[in-house]
Amino acid sequence: MSTAPIVSVRGLCKRFGTHEVLKEFDMDINPGEKLSIIGPSGSGKSTFLRILMTLEKPNAGTIEIEGKGLWHMERGGKTVPADKKHLRAMRTQVGMVFQHFNLFPHMTALQNVAMAPKQVLGLTRDEANERGQDLLERVGLGDKLDAHPNQLSGGQKQRVGIARALAMQPKVMLFDEVTSALDPELVGEVLGVLRELAHETDMTMLLVTHEMRFAQEISDRVAFMDHGQVLELDTPANIFTNPTLARTREFLNAVLES
Amino acid sequence: MSALLDLIPSLLGGLWVTVQLTLGGALLACILAWLGGLGKRSGFWPVRWVAIAYIEVFRGTSALVQLFWFFYGLPLFGIHLAPMWAGILVLGLNIGAYGAEIVRGGIQSIDKGQSEACTALNLTPFQQFRFVLLPQALVRILPPAGNLLIELLKTTALVSLITLSDLTFKGMILRAETLRTAEIFALLLLIYFGLAQLLAFLVRRIELRLKRGWHMEGTS
Ligand SMILES: Nc1ncnc2c1ncn2[C@@H]1O[C@H](COP(=O)(O)OP(=O)(O)OP(=O)(O)O)[C@@H](O)[C@H]1O
Ligand SMILES: [Mg+2]
Repeated sequence: MSTAPIVSVRGLCKRFGTHEVLKEFDMDINPGEKLSIIGPSGSGKSTFLRILMTLEKPNAGTIEIEGKGLWHMERGGKTVPADKKHLRAMRTQVGMVFQHFNLFPHMTALQNVAMAPKQVLGLTRDEANERGQDLLERVGLGDKLDAHPNQLSGGQKQRVGIARALAMQPKVMLFDEVTSALDPELVGEVLGVLRELAHETDMTMLLVTHEMRFAQEISDRVAFMDHGQVLELDTPANIFTNPTLARTREFLNAVLES
Repeated sequence: MSALLDLIPSLLGGLWVTVQLTLGGALLACILAWLGGLGKRSGFWPVRWVAIAYIEVFRGTSALVQLFWFFYGLPLFGIHLAPMWAGILVLGLNIGAYGAEIVRGGIQSIDKGQSEACTALNLTPFQQFRFVLLPQALVRILPPAGNLLIELLKTTALVSLITLSDLTFKGMILRAETLRTAEIFALLLLIYFGLAQLLAFLVRRIELRLKRGWHMEGTS
């Protein structure tokens, strides 16, 4: 890869109390790359995504998005902690889809998707609604525009969640176990949408997932995380069929068996 | 029944005082409840501290004592309030302190995922409050707020102790004049009950209006 990484992480540390969740975490993600993160529960996968989404603040280390600091900024030639304005500017680059959807229950599907483009991006009501409708149609919910979240199935809710995040047109999209809260028979429809996005867009996608077969199928690279570090980062072929580390093999055996 | 009706005109003046106190007190309580409830959640400690002090002081002492302080205590420091203003002020402050806890609880009960979604969508804190937290908090706040409003109506009866001729006070006068004790008490009961029902009905209407077409169980 000769292009500069779109996301570059160096020495990222995160502690909750005395519990070290990320330890000197490094990662480079290429523009347009589809990168899956796998690893045992508690290894820090969500924490990493949440720091990228600015939902959690790191204790040390740097993250750069297109060469610009996420949690740091330049002021008077010095690097200082990011202020609210800087975080707000950087957040335009990143979007996130949540495990538990986090839809707004008092809004229709269309309102869920169109609200932020209108309020944050300054689109007119018509533009925002048009964008919302296009995206909901794209995720197969063109007939659910006026439904409230509680009238939707889990799979439909998550597709609204994806449309809502897409509406902000981020360059980097984070997916944190977006099918884990779904009944098994509803997983497929959401994976279908993700697959379409992976194939049809040049959006950089970072997916934390337990769907190993799916990760293998759509990822450019797969990262195996354990105890707050990336232990192995390679092509899906290598990770899944020929992992270097015994720890990776152990983990894969454990999850593929079950 | 007609025996009851002929008593009503003499009570009307008192009814009007009670209504004024209830409406004035409710308006002030509403403002203070939001200031107190949001203030207690503020990240800026002096604001939080003032809110907590207000809530604790006015919940921790009785409305009766507060009324005496505002009407008989403040003049000792050179502050004289008309009885009606003292009444509205105390009712507003007292009920507002309870309301603040309702507001705080209502906002706090909203799932953390809602504000995380707002951050991910890059909403400003104000937009998050206006478009996401407020509409959800309101439907949770309204039912207990309706109960509090009825509590406020009942508390207004204390103001006769600071020389205001409210409904209860007028009833007592009338009783002394006519000696028709049972009828007057029955009438007072009916009027207060009617007012409370009216308030409950109005709050319920607002609640339904807010929830129209909105299915609220569960938070996702
Ligand atoms: N807000 C928090 N306060 C304290 N500890 C936390 C907090 N968030 C996460 N942790 C802890 O940090 C560790 C890593 O959590 P994280 O959610 O990143 O793991 P994960 O890899 O996403 O796991 P899973 O596969 O179960 O989702 C866990 O031990 C968790 O208990
Ligand atoms: Mg997780």
